Amino acid sequence: MRLFWEAVKGLGVTTKHLVRNLWKFSLYYVGLSKDKGVVTLEYPEERREAFPRVRLRHRLLRREDGRLRCVACYMCATACPSQCIYIEAEEDPDHPLEKRPKQFIIDLGKCAYCGFCVEACPEDALRMDIHIPELAEYRKDNLIYDIKKLTEYEEGSNN
Amino acid sequence: MVWEIGVILKVVIIFTWALITVLYITLLERKESALIQDRIGANRAEVLGLRLNGLFQPFADALKMFFKEDYIPPFVDRPFYLLAPMVALVFALIPIGAVPLADKITLEGREFSLSVVNSGVGVVLILSLLSLAIYGVILGGYGSRNKYGLVGGMRATAQIISYEIALGLSLVGVLLVFPSLDLNEIVHMQNRYILKGWVPLWGIILQPLAAVIFLIAGMAENKRVPFDLPEGESEIIGYFLEYSGMKFGMFFVADFVEVLLLAALFTTFFLGGYNPPWLFPDGFHFPWGGSLLLSSLWVRVIQFITFNIKLWIMVWFLLLVRWTYPRYRFDQLMELGWKNLIPLSIFNIILTAGVLAVIK
Repeated sequence: MRLFWEAVKGLGVTTKHLVRNLWKFSLYYVGLSKDKGVVTLEYPEERREAFPRVRLRHRLLRREDGRLRCVACYMCATACPSQCIYIEAEEDPDHPLEKRPKQFIIDLGKCAYCGFCVEACPEDALRMDIHIPELAEYRKDNLIYDIKKLTEYEEGSNN
Repeated sequence: MVWEIGVILKVVIIFTWALITVLYITLLERKESALIQDRIGANRAEVLGLRLNGLFQPFADALKMFFKEDYIPPFVDRPFYLLAPMVALVFALIPIGAVPLADKITLEGREFSLSVVNSGVGVVLILSLLSLAIYGVILGGYGSRNKYGLVGGMRATAQIISYEIALGLSLVGVLLVFPSLDLNEIVHMQNRYILKGWVPLWGIILQPLAAVIFLIAGMAENKRVPFDLPEGESEIIGYFLEYSGMKFGMFFVADFVEVLLLAALFTTFFLGGYNPPWLFPDGFHFPWGGSLLLSSLWVRVIQFITFNIKLWIMVWFLLLVRWTYPRYRFDQLMELGWKNLIPLSIFNIILTAGVLAVIK
Protein backbone atom coordinates (compact mmCIF):
# COMPACT_ATOMS: atom_id res chain seq x y z
CA MET A 1 0.00 0.00 0.00
CA ARG A 2 2.88 2.36 0.82
CA LEU A 3 4.48 1.45 -2.53
CA PHE A 4 1.23 2.22 -4.26
CA TRP A 5 1.18 5.66 -2.66
CA GLU A 6 4.77 6.26 -3.79
CA ALA A 7 3.79 5.29 -7.33
CA VAL A 8 0.95 7.81 -7.26
CA LYS A 9 3.38 10.46 -5.99
CA GLY A 10 5.61 9.69 -8.98
CA LEU A 11 2.70 10.36 -11.30
CA GLY A 12 2.22 13.63 -9.44
CA VAL A 13 5.78 14.74 -10.20
CA THR A 14 5.45 14.14 -13.93
CA THR A 15 2.01 15.73 -14.01
CA LYS A 16 3.39 18.80 -12.24
CA HIS A 17 6.10 19.21 -14.88
CA LEU A 18 3.61 18.57 -17.68
CA VAL A 19 1.04 21.08 -16.47
CA ARG A 20 3.59 23.77 -15.60
CA ASN A 21 5.41 23.51 -18.93
CA LEU A 22 2.17 23.26 -20.89
CA TRP A 23 0.84 26.42 -19.24
CA LYS A 24 4.03 28.42 -19.60
CA PHE A 25 4.74 27.28 -23.16
CA SER A 26 1.16 27.93 -24.26
CA LEU A 27 1.37 31.50 -22.94
CA TYR A 28 4.73 31.90 -24.71
CA TYR A 29 3.41 30.40 -27.95
CA VAL A 30 0.48 32.79 -28.22
CA GLY A 31 2.78 35.66 -27.27
CA LEU A 32 1.46 36.55 -23.84
CA SER A 33 4.65 35.77 -21.98
CA LYS A 34 8.38 35.92 -22.55
CA ASP A 35 9.09 32.95 -20.30
CA LYS A 36 9.30 29.76 -22.29
CA GLY A 37 9.27 27.47 -19.29
CA VAL A 38 11.24 24.78 -21.12
CA VAL A 39 15.00 24.54 -21.52
CA THR A 40 14.99 23.92 -25.29
CA LEU A 41 16.79 26.43 -27.50
CA GLU A 42 15.55 26.22 -31.08
CA TYR A 43 19.04 26.32 -32.50
CA PRO A 44 19.21 28.05 -35.85
CA GLU A 45 16.93 30.85 -34.67
CA GLU A 46 18.01 30.97 -31.04
CA ARG A 47 21.61 30.73 -29.93
CA ARG A 48 23.11 30.52 -26.53
CA GLU A 49 25.69 33.14 -25.70
CA ALA A 50 29.13 31.54 -25.87
CA PHE A 51 30.99 31.29 -22.59
CA PRO A 52 33.60 34.06 -22.25
CA ARG A 53 36.58 31.74 -22.33
CA VAL A 54 35.53 29.77 -25.42
CA ARG A 55 38.10 30.00 -28.25
CA LEU A 56 37.25 28.54 -31.63
CA ARG A 57 38.27 29.27 -35.22
CA HIS A 58 41.72 30.67 -35.85
CA ARG A 59 42.40 33.73 -37.88
CA LEU A 60 45.38 35.73 -39.06
CA LEU A 61 45.39 39.47 -38.52
CA ARG A 62 46.75 42.11 -40.83
CA ARG A 63 48.78 45.25 -40.16
CA GLU A 64 47.40 48.67 -40.92
CA ASP A 65 48.94 48.64 -44.40
CA GLY A 66 47.26 45.32 -45.18
CA ARG A 67 50.25 43.03 -44.89
CA LEU A 68 49.98 39.99 -42.61
CA ARG A 69 51.29 40.53 -39.15
CA CYS A 70 52.79 37.07 -39.20
CA VAL A 71 56.56 37.04 -39.61
CA ALA A 72 56.85 33.26 -40.04
CA CYS A 73 58.82 32.81 -36.84
CA TYR A 74 57.54 29.23 -36.32
CA MET A 75 56.77 29.91 -32.63
CA CYS A 76 53.16 28.76 -32.99
CA ALA A 77 54.13 25.66 -34.94
CA THR A 78 56.67 24.82 -32.23
CA ALA A 79 54.17 25.40 -29.41
CA CYS A 80 51.40 23.39 -31.06
CA PRO A 81 50.86 20.12 -29.17
CA SER A 82 48.86 18.65 -32.04
CA GLN A 83 51.44 19.69 -34.64
CA CYS A 84 48.70 20.91 -36.89
CA ILE A 85 50.38 24.17 -38.05
CA TYR A 86 52.53 24.12 -41.17
CA ILE A 87 54.44 27.28 -42.15
CA GLU A 88 56.66 27.95 -45.13
CA ALA A 89 58.62 31.21 -44.93
CA GLU A 90 59.81 33.48 -47.68
CA GLU A 91 61.40 36.90 -47.92
CA ASP A 92 59.02 39.79 -48.31
CA PRO A 93 59.83 41.28 -51.78
CA ASP A 94 58.63 44.77 -50.82
CA HIS A 95 60.41 44.98 -47.49
CA PRO A 96 63.82 43.32 -47.66
CA LEU A 97 65.11 41.63 -44.51
CA GLU A 98 61.56 40.86 -43.39
CA LYS A 99 60.11 37.36 -43.47
CA ARG A 100 56.55 36.54 -44.32
CA PRO A 101 54.66 33.27 -44.58
CA LYS A 102 54.46 31.79 -48.07
CA GLN A 103 52.13 29.17 -46.74
CA PHE A 104 50.40 29.12 -43.37
CA ILE A 105 48.20 26.08 -42.92
CA ILE A 106 46.25 25.04 -39.83
CA ASP A 107 44.56 21.64 -39.93
CA LEU A 108 41.52 22.23 -37.74
CA GLY A 109 40.76 18.53 -37.91
CA LYS A 110 43.87 17.92 -35.82
CA CYS A 111 43.68 21.08 -33.72
CA ALA A 112 42.81 20.65 -30.05
CA TYR A 113 41.80 24.33 -29.65
CA CYS A 114 44.21 24.70 -26.72
CA GLY A 115 45.20 28.27 -27.65
CA PHE A 116 48.95 27.74 -27.17
CA CYS A 117 49.65 29.12 -30.67
CA VAL A 118 47.91 32.37 -29.74
CA GLU A 119 49.92 32.58 -26.52
CA ALA A 120 53.16 31.87 -28.33
CA CYS A 121 52.75 34.45 -31.09
CA PRO A 122 55.15 37.38 -30.54
CA GLU A 123 53.50 39.57 -33.16
CA ASP A 124 49.86 39.13 -32.01
CA ALA A 125 49.21 37.86 -35.51
CA LEU A 126 47.16 34.81 -34.62
CA ARG A 127 43.92 34.95 -32.70
CA MET A 128 40.90 32.75 -32.14
CA ASP A 129 37.25 33.65 -32.70
CA ILE A 130 34.60 33.30 -30.06
CA HIS A 131 31.27 33.61 -31.85
CA ILE A 132 31.27 31.08 -34.68
CA PRO A 133 30.78 27.54 -33.41
CA GLU A 134 29.76 26.12 -36.80
CA LEU A 135 33.00 24.51 -37.91
CA ALA A 136 31.54 21.19 -39.11
CA GLU A 137 32.36 20.08 -42.65
CA TYR A 138 31.42 17.10 -44.74
CA ARG A 139 35.05 16.48 -45.81
CA LYS A 140 38.18 16.57 -43.72
CA ASP A 141 39.96 18.42 -46.52
CA ASN A 142 37.71 21.41 -45.94
CA LEU A 143 39.02 21.69 -42.41
CA ILE A 144 42.54 22.45 -43.62
CA TYR A 145 42.66 26.24 -43.47
CA ASP A 146 45.23 28.14 -45.56
CA ILE A 147 46.09 31.86 -45.48
CA LYS A 148 43.10 32.77 -47.63
CA LYS A 149 40.59 31.09 -45.35
CA LEU A 150 42.34 32.22 -42.17
CA THR A 151 42.16 35.87 -43.18
CA GLU A 152 38.48 35.74 -44.14
CA TYR A 153 36.42 36.44 -41.09
CA GLU A 154 33.53 38.56 -40.02
CA GLU A 155 34.57 41.78 -38.35
CA GLY A 156 31.98 41.33 -35.60
CA SER A 157 33.54 38.10 -34.45
CA ASN A 158 36.51 39.97 -33.00
CA ASN A 159 37.35 39.19 -29.41
CA MET B 1 -28.44 -1.02 -51.16
CA VAL B 2 -28.16 1.81 -48.67
CA TRP B 3 -27.38 -0.80 -46.04
CA GLU B 4 -24.48 -2.32 -48.01
CA ILE B 5 -22.98 1.08 -48.84
CA GLY B 6 -23.34 2.02 -45.19
CA VAL B 7 -21.46 -1.08 -44.09
CA ILE B 8 -18.55 -0.42 -46.49
CA LEU B 9 -18.48 3.25 -45.53
CA LYS B 10 -18.40 2.55 -41.81
CA VAL B 11 -15.55 0.05 -42.18
CA VAL B 12 -13.48 2.58 -44.12
CA ILE B 13 -14.35 5.49 -41.84
CA ILE B 14 -13.79 3.65 -38.56
CA PHE B 15 -10.40 2.24 -39.55
CA THR B 16 -9.32 5.59 -40.99
CA TRP B 17 -10.40 7.20 -37.73
CA ALA B 18 -8.43 4.57 -35.81
CA LEU B 19 -5.24 5.03 -37.83
CA ILE B 20 -5.38 8.83 -37.71
CA THR B 21 -5.95 8.65 -33.96
CA VAL B 22 -2.93 6.36 -33.73
CA LEU B 23 -0.82 8.85 -35.70
CA TYR B 24 -1.80 11.58 -33.29
CA ILE B 25 -1.11 9.32 -30.31
CA THR B 26 2.49 9.19 -31.55
CA LEU B 27 2.50 12.99 -31.65
CA LEU B 28 0.98 13.18 -28.17
CA GLU B 29 3.65 10.78 -26.94
CA ARG B 30 6.42 12.98 -28.33
CA LYS B 31 4.88 16.19 -27.04
CA GLU B 32 3.86 14.88 -23.64
CA SER B 33 7.22 13.25 -22.97
CA ALA B 34 8.91 16.47 -24.08
CA LEU B 35 6.90 18.63 -21.71
CA ILE B 36 7.43 16.19 -18.83
CA GLN B 37 11.17 16.45 -19.46
CA ASP B 38 11.12 20.27 -19.83
CA ARG B 39 11.60 20.16 -23.61
CA ILE B 40 9.41 21.36 -26.49
CA GLY B 41 9.23 18.31 -28.74
CA ALA B 42 9.00 18.00 -32.50
CA ASN B 43 7.74 21.28 -33.94
CA ARG B 44 9.43 21.67 -37.32
CA ALA B 45 7.19 19.78 -39.74
CA GLU B 46 5.75 22.35 -42.09
CA VAL B 47 2.90 22.28 -44.60
CA LEU B 48 2.59 25.38 -46.83
CA GLY B 49 4.49 27.43 -44.28
CA LEU B 50 2.18 26.36 -41.45
CA ARG B 51 3.93 24.83 -38.48
CA LEU B 52 1.27 24.87 -35.76
CA ASN B 53 3.88 23.68 -33.27
CA GLY B 54 4.34 20.31 -34.97
CA LEU B 55 0.79 19.32 -35.81
CA PHE B 56 1.87 17.73 -39.11
CA GLN B 57 4.77 15.80 -37.60
CA PRO B 58 2.99 12.38 -37.62
CA PHE B 59 2.59 12.55 -41.40
CA ALA B 60 6.25 13.40 -41.82
CA ASP B 61 7.13 10.43 -39.61
CA ALA B 62 4.90 8.09 -41.59
CA LEU B 63 6.32 9.33 -44.89
CA LYS B 64 9.85 8.80 -43.65
CA MET B 65 8.99 5.28 -42.52
CA PHE B 66 7.60 4.43 -45.98
CA PHE B 67 10.69 5.58 -47.85
CA LYS B 68 13.27 3.92 -45.63
CA GLU B 69 15.24 1.00 -46.99
CA ASP B 70 13.51 -2.27 -46.19
CA TYR B 71 16.40 -4.65 -45.62
CA ILE B 72 15.75 -8.37 -45.08
CA PRO B 73 18.78 -10.10 -43.54
CA PRO B 74 19.85 -13.22 -45.50
CA PHE B 75 19.69 -15.57 -42.50
CA VAL B 76 16.05 -15.03 -41.47
CA ASP B 77 13.24 -17.54 -41.70
CA ARG B 78 11.50 -15.73 -44.54
CA PRO B 79 7.84 -16.77 -44.23
CA PHE B 80 7.69 -16.15 -40.49
CA TYR B 81 9.79 -13.02 -40.76
CA LEU B 82 7.46 -11.53 -43.35
CA LEU B 83 4.30 -12.68 -41.61
CA ALA B 84 5.09 -11.40 -38.11
CA PRO B 85 4.59 -7.61 -38.53
CA MET B 86 1.32 -8.14 -40.37
CA VAL B 87 0.02 -10.45 -37.66
CA ALA B 88 1.04 -7.98 -34.96
CA LEU B 89 -0.67 -5.05 -36.67
CA VAL B 90 -3.80 -6.81 -37.92
CA PHE B 91 -4.67 -8.51 -34.65
CA ALA B 92 -4.11 -5.26 -32.79
CA LEU B 93 -6.33 -3.34 -35.22
CA ILE B 94 -9.27 -5.76 -35.57
CA PRO B 95 -10.50 -5.60 -31.93
CA ILE B 96 -11.00 -1.84 -32.35
CA GLY B 97 -13.73 -2.77 -34.82
CA ALA B 98 -15.72 -4.33 -32.01
CA VAL B 99 -15.78 -1.18 -29.86
CA PRO B 100 -18.99 0.82 -30.33
CA LEU B 101 -18.28 4.47 -31.15
CA ALA B 102 -21.90 5.61 -30.82
CA ASP B 103 -25.37 4.18 -30.31
CA LYS B 104 -27.09 2.09 -32.99
CA ILE B 105 -29.09 3.86 -35.67
CA THR B 106 -31.95 2.57 -37.79
CA LEU B 107 -31.30 2.13 -41.51
CA GLU B 108 -33.89 0.64 -43.88
CA GLY B 109 -35.85 -0.62 -40.91
CA ARG B 110 -32.91 -2.56 -39.51
CA GLU B 111 -30.53 -1.77 -36.69
CA PHE B 112 -27.23 -0.40 -37.96
CA SER B 113 -24.46 -0.40 -35.35
CA LEU B 114 -21.74 2.20 -35.44
CA SER B 115 -18.95 -0.30 -34.91
CA VAL B 116 -17.40 -2.52 -37.55
CA VAL B 117 -18.38 -5.76 -35.84
CA ASN B 118 -21.82 -5.89 -34.25
CA SER B 119 -21.30 -9.00 -32.24
CA GLY B 120 -23.40 -10.30 -29.38
CA VAL B 121 -20.22 -11.71 -27.85
CA GLY B 122 -17.95 -8.68 -28.33
CA VAL B 123 -16.09 -9.20 -25.07
CA VAL B 124 -15.11 -12.76 -25.98
CA LEU B 125 -14.16 -11.65 -29.49
CA ILE B 126 -11.87 -8.94 -28.14
CA LEU B 127 -10.22 -11.22 -25.59
CA SER B 128 -9.56 -13.93 -28.17
CA LEU B 129 -8.14 -11.49 -30.72
CA LEU B 130 -5.96 -9.94 -28.02
CA SER B 131 -4.44 -13.32 -27.26
CA LEU B 132 -3.79 -13.84 -30.98
CA ALA B 133 -1.84 -10.58 -31.09
CA ILE B 134 1.14 -12.11 -29.29
CA TYR B 135 1.78 -14.41 -32.26
CA GLY B 136 3.18 -11.44 -34.13
CA VAL B 137 5.72 -10.90 -31.40
CA ILE B 138 6.64 -14.58 -31.06
CA LEU B 139 6.92 -15.09 -34.83
CA GLY B 140 8.99 -11.93 -35.13
CA GLY B 141 11.43 -13.11 -32.47
CA TYR B 142 11.59 -16.64 -33.84
CA GLY B 143 11.68 -15.77 -37.53
CA SER B 144 14.56 -13.31 -37.07
CA ARG B 145 16.89 -16.23 -36.21
CA ASN B 146 18.56 -13.95 -33.75
CA LYS B 147 19.24 -14.81 -30.12
CA TYR B 148 18.24 -11.40 -28.80
CA GLY B 149 15.12 -11.41 -30.93
CA LEU B 150 14.23 -14.86 -29.64
CA VAL B 151 14.81 -13.79 -26.03
CA GLY B 152 12.51 -10.83 -26.63
CA GLY B 153 9.86 -13.08 -28.13
CA MET B 154 10.07 -15.54 -25.23
CA ARG B 155 9.82 -12.74 -22.68
CA ALA B 156 6.77 -11.38 -24.48
CA THR B 157 5.15 -14.81 -24.48
CA ALA B 158 5.65 -15.36 -20.76
CA GLN B 159 4.55 -11.84 -19.90
CA ILE B 160 1.47 -11.65 -22.07
CA ILE B 161 0.20 -15.12 -21.21
CA SER B 162 0.47 -14.40 -17.48
CA TYR B 163 -1.22 -11.03 -17.70
CA GLU B 164 -3.97 -12.31 -19.99
CA ILE B 165 -5.35 -14.26 -17.04
CA ALA B 166 -5.59 -11.18 -14.82
CA LEU B 167 -7.09 -9.21 -17.71
CA GLY B 168 -9.78 -11.81 -18.34
CA LEU B 169 -10.56 -12.32 -14.65
CA SER B 170 -10.91 -8.59 -14.01
CA LEU B 171 -13.46 -8.45 -16.83
CA VAL B 172 -15.44 -11.25 -15.19
CA GLY B 173 -16.22 -8.83 -12.35
CA VAL B 174 -17.49 -6.29 -14.86
CA LEU B 175 -19.60 -8.93 -16.59
CA LEU B 176 -21.16 -9.88 -13.26
CA VAL B 177 -22.28 -6.30 -12.72
CA PHE B 178 -23.33 -5.70 -16.33
CA PRO B 179 -24.60 -9.12 -17.37
CA SER B 180 -24.05 -9.01 -21.12
CA LEU B 181 -21.26 -9.88 -23.54
CA ASP B 182 -22.44 -7.24 -26.00
CA LEU B 183 -20.33 -4.09 -25.67
CA ASN B 184 -23.25 -1.91 -26.74
CA GLU B 185 -25.40 -3.42 -23.99
CA ILE B 186 -22.61 -2.90 -21.43
CA VAL B 187 -22.47 0.77 -22.40
CA HIS B 188 -26.26 1.06 -22.11
CA MET B 189 -26.25 -0.51 -18.66
CA GLN B 190 -23.72 2.07 -17.47
CA ASN B 191 -26.17 4.85 -18.32
CA ARG B 192 -28.00 4.52 -15.01
CA TYR B 193 -27.71 6.91 -12.08
CA ILE B 194 -27.68 6.74 -8.31
CA LEU B 195 -27.82 9.35 -5.51
CA LYS B 196 -30.83 11.19 -6.99
CA GLY B 197 -29.36 10.95 -10.47
CA TRP B 198 -26.09 12.74 -9.71
CA VAL B 199 -23.59 9.87 -9.95
CA PRO B 200 -23.54 7.69 -13.07
CA LEU B 201 -23.21 3.94 -12.46
CA TRP B 202 -20.05 3.60 -14.50
CA GLY B 203 -17.87 0.53 -14.28
CA ILE B 204 -15.18 2.43 -12.43
CA ILE B 205 -17.63 3.24 -9.62
CA LEU B 206 -19.10 -0.26 -9.33
CA GLN B 207 -15.82 -2.10 -9.95
CA PRO B 208 -12.87 0.11 -8.87
CA LEU B 209 -10.62 -2.86 -8.12
CA ALA B 210 -11.35 -4.45 -11.50
CA ALA B 211 -10.58 -1.11 -13.16
CA VAL B 212 -7.13 -0.92 -11.56
CA ILE B 213 -6.36 -4.56 -12.38
CA PHE B 214 -7.60 -4.14 -15.96
CA LEU B 215 -5.48 -1.04 -16.42
CA ILE B 216 -2.28 -2.63 -15.07
CA ALA B 217 -2.80 -5.91 -16.92
CA GLY B 218 -3.65 -4.03 -20.09
CA MET B 219 -0.49 -1.94 -19.83
CA ALA B 220 1.49 -5.16 -19.37
CA GLU B 221 -0.33 -6.58 -22.37
CA ASN B 222 0.71 -3.82 -24.73
CA LYS B 223 4.38 -4.12 -23.73
CA ARG B 224 5.12 -0.49 -23.03
CA VAL B 225 7.49 1.02 -20.57
CA PRO B 226 6.85 -0.18 -17.07
CA PHE B 227 6.48 -3.61 -18.69
CA ASP B 228 8.69 -3.29 -21.77
CA LEU B 229 10.85 -6.34 -21.10
CA PRO B 230 10.16 -7.89 -24.53
CA GLU B 231 11.60 -4.74 -26.04
CA GLY B 232 14.19 -4.00 -23.36
CA GLU B 233 15.98 -1.51 -25.59
CA SER B 234 18.96 -1.03 -23.33
CA GLU B 235 20.07 -4.69 -23.09
CA ILE B 236 18.29 -6.73 -25.78
CA ILE B 237 16.76 -4.78 -28.62
CA GLY B 238 13.81 -7.11 -28.53
CA TYR B 239 11.71 -9.05 -30.95
CA PHE B 240 11.94 -6.47 -33.77
CA LEU B 241 15.73 -6.35 -33.70
CA GLU B 242 16.16 -7.56 -37.31
CA TYR B 243 13.37 -5.44 -38.77
CA SER B 244 13.82 -2.23 -40.68
CA GLY B 245 11.80 0.20 -42.74
CA MET B 246 8.06 -0.26 -42.90
CA LYS B 247 8.19 -3.71 -41.26
CA PHE B 248 9.59 -2.13 -38.12
CA GLY B 249 7.04 0.63 -38.68
CA MET B 250 4.24 -1.92 -38.53
CA PHE B 251 5.46 -3.24 -35.17
CA PHE B 252 5.78 0.34 -33.98
CA VAL B 253 2.29 1.26 -35.12
CA ALA B 254 0.92 -1.97 -33.61
CA ASP B 255 2.25 -0.78 -30.25
CA PHE B 256 0.32 2.47 -30.53
CA VAL B 257 -2.77 0.72 -31.86
CA GLU B 258 -2.69 -1.34 -28.68
CA VAL B 259 -2.54 1.86 -26.64
CA LEU B 260 -5.61 3.08 -28.51
CA LEU B 261 -7.30 -0.29 -28.03
CA LEU B 262 -6.61 -0.35 -24.30
CA ALA B 263 -7.90 3.20 -23.92
CA ALA B 264 -11.01 2.37 -25.96
CA LEU B 265 -11.71 -0.79 -23.97
CA PHE B 266 -11.19 0.98 -20.64
CA THR B 267 -13.55 3.72 -21.78
CA THR B 268 -16.15 1.19 -22.83
CA PHE B 269 -16.00 -1.02 -19.76
CA PHE B 270 -15.31 1.48 -17.00
CA LEU B 271 -15.97 5.06 -18.12
CA GLY B 272 -19.47 4.69 -19.49
CA GLY B 273 -18.47 4.20 -23.13
CA TYR B 274 -19.77 6.75 -25.58
CA ASN B 275 -22.38 8.23 -23.25
CA PRO B 276 -21.62 11.50 -21.52
CA PRO B 277 -23.34 11.83 -18.13
CA TRP B 278 -27.12 12.34 -18.35
CA LEU B 279 -27.42 11.77 -22.12
CA PHE B 280 -30.37 9.54 -22.97
CA PRO B 281 -31.62 8.49 -26.43
CA ASP B 282 -33.86 11.57 -26.63
CA GLY B 283 -31.39 14.11 -25.22
CA PHE B 284 -30.00 15.34 -21.93
CA HIS B 285 -32.00 14.99 -18.71
CA PHE B 286 -30.13 16.76 -15.95
CA PRO B 287 -30.53 15.84 -12.27
CA TRP B 288 -31.23 19.47 -11.39
CA GLY B 289 -34.42 19.24 -13.38
CA GLY B 290 -33.59 20.76 -16.73
CA SER B 291 -33.56 18.80 -19.93
CA LEU B 292 -32.29 19.42 -23.44
CA LEU B 293 -34.05 17.42 -26.13
CA LEU B 294 -31.97 16.56 -29.16
CA SER B 295 -32.59 14.81 -32.45
CA SER B 296 -31.26 11.30 -32.95
CA LEU B 297 -28.43 12.51 -35.21
CA TRP B 298 -27.18 15.07 -32.68
CA VAL B 299 -27.23 12.45 -29.96
CA ARG B 300 -24.93 10.24 -32.11
CA VAL B 301 -22.59 13.15 -32.83
CA ILE B 302 -22.34 14.03 -29.14
CA GLN B 303 -21.75 10.37 -28.31
CA PHE B 304 -18.91 10.10 -30.83
CA ILE B 305 -17.26 13.29 -29.53
CA THR B 306 -17.65 12.13 -25.94
CA PHE B 307 -16.08 8.79 -26.82
CA ASN B 308 -13.10 10.59 -28.35
CA ILE B 309 -12.70 12.87 -25.33
CA LYS B 310 -12.75 9.96 -22.88
CA LEU B 311 -10.38 8.06 -25.16
CA TRP B 312 -7.86 10.89 -25.25
CA ILE B 313 -7.99 11.30 -21.49
CA MET B 314 -7.18 7.61 -21.13
CA VAL B 315 -4.42 7.81 -23.76
CA TRP B 316 -2.98 10.80 -21.94
CA PHE B 317 -2.98 8.83 -18.69
CA LEU B 318 -1.37 5.77 -20.30
CA LEU B 319 1.39 7.90 -21.80
CA LEU B 320 1.88 9.65 -18.46
CA VAL B 321 2.42 6.26 -16.83
CA ARG B 322 4.79 5.27 -19.61
CA TRP B 323 6.95 8.35 -19.03
CA THR B 324 6.90 8.14 -15.24
CA TYR B 325 7.98 4.67 -14.19
CA PRO B 326 11.16 2.69 -14.79
CA ARG B 327 11.04 -0.88 -16.05
CA TYR B 328 10.20 -3.88 -13.88
CA ARG B 329 12.69 -6.69 -13.39
CA PHE B 330 11.43 -9.98 -14.78
CA ASP B 331 10.90 -11.66 -11.39
CA GLN B 332 9.07 -8.55 -10.13
CA LEU B 333 6.92 -8.66 -13.24
CA MET B 334 5.95 -12.27 -12.68
CA GLU B 335 5.39 -11.63 -8.98
CA LEU B 336 3.08 -8.72 -9.72
CA GLY B 337 1.14 -10.77 -12.23
CA TRP B 338 0.81 -14.11 -10.50
CA LYS B 339 1.01 -13.23 -6.81
CA ASN B 340 -0.85 -9.92 -6.76
CA LEU B 341 -3.10 -9.28 -9.72
CA ILE B 342 -4.56 -12.77 -10.20
CA PRO B 343 -5.44 -13.34 -6.50
CA LEU B 344 -6.84 -9.79 -6.36
CA SER B 345 -9.01 -10.36 -9.40
CA ILE B 346 -10.31 -13.66 -8.00
CA PHE B 347 -11.03 -11.84 -4.73
CA ASN B 348 -12.87 -9.20 -6.75
CA ILE B 349 -15.01 -11.84 -8.46
CA ILE B 350 -15.93 -13.47 -5.14
CA LEU B 351 -16.68 -10.10 -3.53
CA THR B 352 -18.82 -8.95 -6.44
CA ALA B 353 -20.71 -12.23 -6.63
CA GLY B 354 -21.28 -12.20 -2.86
CA VAL B 355 -22.58 -8.62 -2.84
CA LEU B 356 -24.85 -9.34 -5.81
CA ALA B 357 -26.21 -12.47 -4.10
CA VAL B 358 -26.93 -10.51 -0.91
CA ILE B 359 -28.67 -7.69 -2.81
CA LYS B 360 -30.85 -10.11 -4.78
